[in-house]
Amino acid sequence: MKKKLIRELVTALVLAVVVYAIFAIGFATGAINSYWQGILMLVGINVTLAVSLNLATGYLGQLTLGHAGFMAVGAYVSALLSMYANLPFVLTLVIGAVAAGFIGLLIGVPILRLKGDYLCIITLAFNEIIRVIIVNLSITNGSKGLIGTPSDTTFLAVYLVAVITIFVVYSIVHSRHGRAIISIREDETAAELSGINITYYKILAFVISALFAGLAGGLYSHYIAILVPKYFDYNKSVEILVMVVLGGMGNLPGSIIAAVALTIIPSLLISFSQYRMLIYAIVLIAAMLLKNSDAGIALRAKLPKFKKRGEVEE
Amino acid sequence: MDFINQVINGLSTGSMYALVAIGYTIVYGIGKMINFAHGEIIMASAYFAYVGMSFLHLPALVAVLLSIILTALLGVLTEKVAYKPLRGKGSLEVLITAIGVSYLLQNVFYMIFTSSGRTFPQIMPKGAINIGGLSITYITIITLIISFVATGILLFFINKTRLGKAMRAVSEDQGAAQLMGINVSTTISLAFAIGSGLGALAGVIYGAKFSIINPYIGQMLGIKAFIAAVLGGIGSIPGAMVGGLLMGVAESLTIAYISSDFSDAVVFGILILVLLIKPAGIFGSNVREKV
Amino acid sequence: MSSRKPLLQTKGLGIQFGGLKAVDEFNFSIDNNQLFGLIGPNGAGKTTIFNLLTGVYTPTSGQILLDGKAINHSSPTQITQMGVARTFQNIRLFKDMTVLDNVKVGLHHSHQYSLLASILHTPSYFKGEMAMDEEARSLLRVFDLEKFANVKASNLPYGKQRQLEIARALATSPRLLLLDEPAAGMNPTETAELMETIKVVREKFSVAILLIEHDMKLVMGICEKICVLNFGTVLAFGTPDEIKNNPDVIAAYLGNDA
Repeated sequence: MKKKLIRELVTALVLAVVVYAIFAIGFATGAINSYWQGILMLVGINVTLAVSLNLATGYLGQLTLGHAGFMAVGAYVSALLSMYANLPFVLTLVIGAVAAGFIGLLIGVPILRLKGDYLCIITLAFNEIIRVIIVNLSITNGSKGLIGTPSDTTFLAVYLVAVITIFVVYSIVHSRHGRAIISIREDETAAELSGINITYYKILAFVISALFAGLAGGLYSHYIAILVPKYFDYNKSVEILVMVVLGGMGNLPGSIIAAVALTIIPSLLISFSQYRMLIYAIVLIAAMLLKNSDAGIALRAKLPKFKKRGEVEE
Repeated sequence: MDFINQVINGLSTGSMYALVAIGYTIVYGIGKMINFAHGEIIMASAYFAYVGMSFLHLPALVAVLLSIILTALLGVLTEKVAYKPLRGKGSLEVLITAIGVSYLLQNVFYMIFTSSGRTFPQIMPKGAINIGGLSITYITIITLIISFVATGILLFFINKTRLGKAMRAVSEDQGAAQLMGINVSTTISLAFAIGSGLGALAGVIYGAKFSIINPYIGQMLGIKAFIAAVLGGIGSIPGAMVGGLLMGVAESLTIAYISSDFSDAVVFGILILVLLIKPAGIFGSNVREKV
Repeated sequence: MSSRKPLLQTKGLGIQFGGLKAVDEFNFSIDNNQLFGLIGPNGAGKTTIFNLLTGVYTPTSGQILLDGKAINHSSPTQITQMGVARTFQNIRLFKDMTVLDNVKVGLHHSHQYSLLASILHTPSYFKGEMAMDEEARSLLRVFDLEKFANVKASNLPYGKQRQLEIARALATSPRLLLLDEPAAGMNPTETAELMETIKVVREKFSVAILLIEHDMKLVMGICEKICVLNFGTVLAFGTPDEIKNNPDVIAAYLGNDA
């Protein structure tokens, strides 16, 4: 078992290096132009966001609509540290992530005893409050947007963060801690009565999720020319949720594929971006109905090929 | 005097929130779900009335009635298509579907009417009456009257009629109600129809009050009304009414005396406080999970 | 054999829901390694007592003593970690997890390694994971479930699901195991098998077992002591023979039920 695991880890590491090498060659030869390099950065940021939200929503089973809020905390904290404290880029990223995780802890401790609908709406409320605060602060330049953050974010940084996020979430999920988190999703009472400290694990998963959202935010603020609070509204949280739902809750490769697809497709088809939110809406409804309704289950059973293709993705 | 004026304005806006909040509460009481798309249904109702008056040139009253009927049908339709197949499958799934429905409606109306605001026809008399220094607009008065009459009729229906009793039975115990020969499915549809129909009144009031409608008006209206329903205790109709009025007053006073920038933050602050201190709301009761 | 000091004891235990006394003045004690039956008509308060003992409900009166220490205000998690485990009347497995992982959740507390260890894959992670795997599999073997190790729990046949629930409870290394209607929905052959399993579990894991059951044959066949509950209070208490001949019990069962 140990050998198999180590072999898997090494394979994954080699794969990550090879994929990066391909991109690096693409950039060096000009096969990937700067327009596409920009899109690939957003892909990496969205992968980080989707994978980290999957920990809280897919594995822990708590629907939260505040992921963009944590991203905003990381984005603004790291941007302001770069601009006014002249701290090195990596350090600002780390502090931004820790700040987001800390806000996650502050919010998580009181709210995580709420369930389902209430938790969802209260996270949305915190998302909006974070945004309103940013709009009304002078140091963030309010709704006009923050200009002048150094463009330190490189593709390598985005890629590394995405790989680290995937690796950390994967490692947690495949440990006793991950099993505890998943058992809470499955049956909170039974988990409690199996000796799992559910409060601790709910907060842990929520904070780690917020932390990586903050990291993604730091990458974003050092990539985008003007940092506006509007970007971090509840629509962004829903967009990340769509990636998690489309990829499959509690499915890591699914989240990655969905984040890649939902970032690249709108860039490819400009006309698509007009229908983007409409298509997101249909994705959410169709994914739920196909996966969970009796009619959807029957339909999938009738279409073995379709089902198999779906399973390869998983 | 200004303070009293602000309170009366707040009560008027609040009574509009109350009409929407009742929709959340009825659907929650009977369907045991929060219809996240309720705000968008109300946005749709404003457009229905707008189309009726501005394109079909119907008399205002006819257009409003038509809007109520169409909105009730839209509510029932979303329930049948999106929520019913997921009944009993887990609240997370229903919630995600409801978020999807809300985005779907928003974007369908965006595609038909674009995001630019439409001018809602003036259906209520402009102007105000002055009583001893107080200046109260007709819209404020009419809104209050409509909301209270509609809620009164609803309470009568729920408490005194056969169908109303069936609804209460389903909300108490779905299984037992079914055994007593009550058609649970129809009752849930009825709840969606009533909630959406009342919401249509709120949609029309919104149009009359603010004169401009766009596909996004349902979002904040829905969230504020939801908070009102939670504040009053979700599942309770008087609770929704009180919650709505309180929300309206709080919002009006924030705008008048603090800053309009913070009015949304105050609204969300209220939600957070209620959920953390007394999640069951003012009129709600705690429910124990069965182990 | 078993020590005289009780493992778990209740003193005047009671709980009220609104005005209703669901359990009132419930006094009992169970010794190490004892097999104890809790019977009574539907609604007598049996499952409520389980919920009190495991911390799901907080008692409104009286005391629960584990090894002489009050646990009234301990959380369900703490009580489980102190050695009281249970199963549920309507099976509550982690449905989407594998059979093996269900048991590993039960082992969570007894095999500790840190979060950092699992991210960095340190030796303590591997050591802990391998020990858990081994222990979980040996628990599955007791119930003849090892061949289902990688099956999703919800795909197990009904009887096997009940056994998996017991395995998961045993994984928390309890000294007291509470079984809530383990034979519910089983046919006579399965019930007979279950009786054997319960005996084996008690010997092998040296636990005390408190079980709620409607199947009188099962209760009378294996329990050393029986407590009969009616309307939230103790109606009778004694050995199976004493209970069988107790006029109050006969009246309660024949008078009201039959």
